Amino acid sequence: MDLRLSKFTKRFGDVTVIDKMDLTVRSGEMMALLGPSGCGKSTTLFAICGIHKMDGGTLHFGEEEVTRLPAQQRPVGVVFQNYALYPHMTVAQNIAFPLRVQRKTRSEITDEVGRMAELVQISNLLDRRPAQLSGGQQQRVALARAMVRKPDVLLLDEPLANLDAKLRLEMRSEIRRIQRETGITAILVTHDQVEAMSMCDRIALMKDGGIVQLDTPMGMYSDPADKFVAGFLGNPPISFVQAQSGDSLDLGHGLRIARPDGLQARGEITLGIRPEHVGPQFGTGLEGEVVFVEPQGREELVDIRLASGAELRAILPSGTGHALGQRVDWGVDAKRILAFSSEGARL
Amino acid sequence: MTGHARIWHLVAILGIFSLPLIIMYVFQVVESVAAPAPGSLIPGELDLQNWRFLWGSIDSGRPSIWRVTLNTFLFASITSFLVCALSLTAGYALSRLNLPARPLFLGGLIILHAFPTVTLIIAIFIILQIMGLYDTLLGIILVKAALELPFGIWIMKGFYDTVPWEIEMAGVQDGASRLRVWWELVLPQIKPGLSALLIISFLAAWSEFVLPLVLAPGSGAQVLATYMNAVINDDTNQDFGLFKAVGMFYSLPVILVYLLFQKQLMNIYGGGTKG
Repeated sequence: MDLRLSKFTKRFGDVTVIDKMDLTVRSGEMMALLGPSGCGKSTTLFAICGIHKMDGGTLHFGEEEVTRLPAQQRPVGVVFQNYALYPHMTVAQNIAFPLRVQRKTRSEITDEVGRMAELVQISNLLDRRPAQLSGGQQQRVALARAMVRKPDVLLLDEPLANLDAKLRLEMRSEIRRIQRETGITAILVTHDQVEAMSMCDRIALMKDGGIVQLDTPMGMYSDPADKFVAGFLGNPPISFVQAQSGDSLDLGHGLRIARPDGLQARGEITLGIRPEHVGPQFGTGLEGEVVFVEPQGREELVDIRLASGAELRAILPSGTGHALGQRVDWGVDAKRILAFSSEGARL
Repeated sequence: MTGHARIWHLVAILGIFSLPLIIMYVFQVVESVAAPAPGSLIPGELDLQNWRFLWGSIDSGRPSIWRVTLNTFLFASITSFLVCALSLTAGYALSRLNLPARPLFLGGLIILHAFPTVTLIIAIFIILQIMGLYDTLLGIILVKAALELPFGIWIMKGFYDTVPWEIEMAGVQDGASRLRVWWELVLPQIKPGLSALLIISFLAAWSEFVLPLVLAPGSGAQVLATYMNAVINDDTNQDFGLFKAVGMFYSLPVILVYLLFQKQLMNIYGGGTKG
C-alpha cells in the first residue's frame, strides 16, 4: 500500500513545526526519515499513525483518505523507541493484544501469534515477560506486535537507538529481512545516517520541518542537493575547504587543483571532498602535513592540514605507515569533488 | 553474620528508644485480661471480665459492640472505596490529560492536603445539617472521603506519571479505545499504588475520631473511636480495664492489616515508585 502525505502542516501552539510537507512512499518500500533531532521527523511519524492531529494537509493510504481517521482505525503498526511492551503481559499476550481487541477467536489468535513469533524468531520466548528479555528480543516482540494485525504501513521510531552496537548491527539486517519477507510498506525514523543508508530503499532527509532531499541512499550520497546533505551523509564525514574558482581551483598558498568538468561558478566557493576521494593514489598537488591518524583495523583515517590551514580527511587501507607530522603530497579525485556556493547551495 | 554484627548497635539504640512504646503496648495487652490491682504494677489474676462488652451490653444506653464495629467497618471501607475510585480517575486526568488550569489544580491539592481539618468543622457541620446528613454514617463517609481525596489523587497521579506514555500510544495503535487502554494496560502498572492507597485510606477512616464525634454523635452512627470515648467519659464509674480491652479490640484490625500488607504499604512510603 503506498502512502501519500500532501501539504502536511503541524503546529504546536504558535510554532509551526512542519509547513506544507509532501511525501510519497511507494508500496513495499522502506523509507527513512532522516535528520538531526528537532527536524520534525518523529512529528511526521506520529501524524501518520494518528497520535498527532494534522493541522493541515491530507494523508492517503492507497486510494483511501485517512486524515481524520482516529489512530485506532488506521491500518498502521508502530514500533516505539523504548518498545513500549506491556510489562504485565507475557510475550504471547503482548503479541495477542491487537488481535484480542479485534475479537478474534482463541484458535485464530494462537495461530497468528505462533506465525508472527516464527517470523521474528522468538517462538521459544512466548511465556516470558518483557523484563526477562534482552533488548534485541524486546525489539523483536515489539515488531511482532506491530505487525500481527497485518497493517498496511509499518512505522519504526528510532528502533535501534536503545540497543548496543553489536545488537544494532544484527537488528538492522533483521528488520530489513522481515520488511522484505512481508513486503510491507515501512517508514523508519532515525538520526543515524548509517542506519538510514543501510536499511532503506530511499531516504527523505529532513531539516527544520521540511524535506531537503529525497533520493536513494547512493543517489543522495554521490549527488547531494546541498552542503547540509553532503555533510550529514557519510562516515567519516566529508571535508569542506574554501576555494577561489578561476581557471583552476585555488585553495590558497599556491595550492591549485584542476576544475571539475561542468563547474560554471567563479569566485568564492566551498568544495566538499569525501575521504575516499583523497589520497596518494590520486596523484599530487595537495601538499600538507599529517595531523591525525586513527587506525580502524581494515582501514585508517588520516587527516592532513594544508598550507591554508584547511584540513582534509582521507580513508586509506591500513599499513600505509603515515606518522604525525609527516609531509605528504597527495591528490584528489577531481571528478568527485562537490562544489557549493557560499550559501551552501550545490553548484 | 558480619552485617548483623555491624547493625547490632543500631538495633540496640532503636530498641531503647522504642522501649516506652513497647512497655505501654504490653501493659495494654496484659491489663485488658487482668483483674485490676490498684497501686501495683504487677497485674492480678487472669480475668476476662474486661472483655464482657463482646457478649453483652455494658449498659442499657449503648448500642452493641457488633453494631458499632459494623458501622466502623462500613465507614472505613466505603470511604476507602470512594477515595480510590475518585483518585484513580482524577489522578489519571491530572497526569495525562491536557486540562485547563492544571498547575492551579495541582497546587490546590497540596494546600488542601496540608489544610487543618478541624478549622473546617463548623462549616461542614452546617453543610451536613442543611443536607440532612448530620448524625448519619453517610454524612461522615462523604466528609472523610473528601478530606482524604487530595492525598489520594496526588499519590495516584505520581504513580500514573511513572507509566511510560508509549505504552498508551502502543495500546491505541493496537486498536484499543482510551478506556480499554486505561483499564487493561495502565491500571495493572499502578496496582501497587492502588492497593497501598486502599489500605491507607481504610486505616485513616478506621482511626478517625474527631469527625464522627462532632458530626455523628448519636448512637445510630457510632463508630469504635466514639464508642471508646463514651466508655472513658462515663463519670459514674471509670473502668480502665474495660477501656483497655475495647482499645485492644479496636486496634487489632489495624495491627493485622499492617502485618498482612506491609509490602504494599511500603510502596507509598517508599516514595510512590513501583516496588
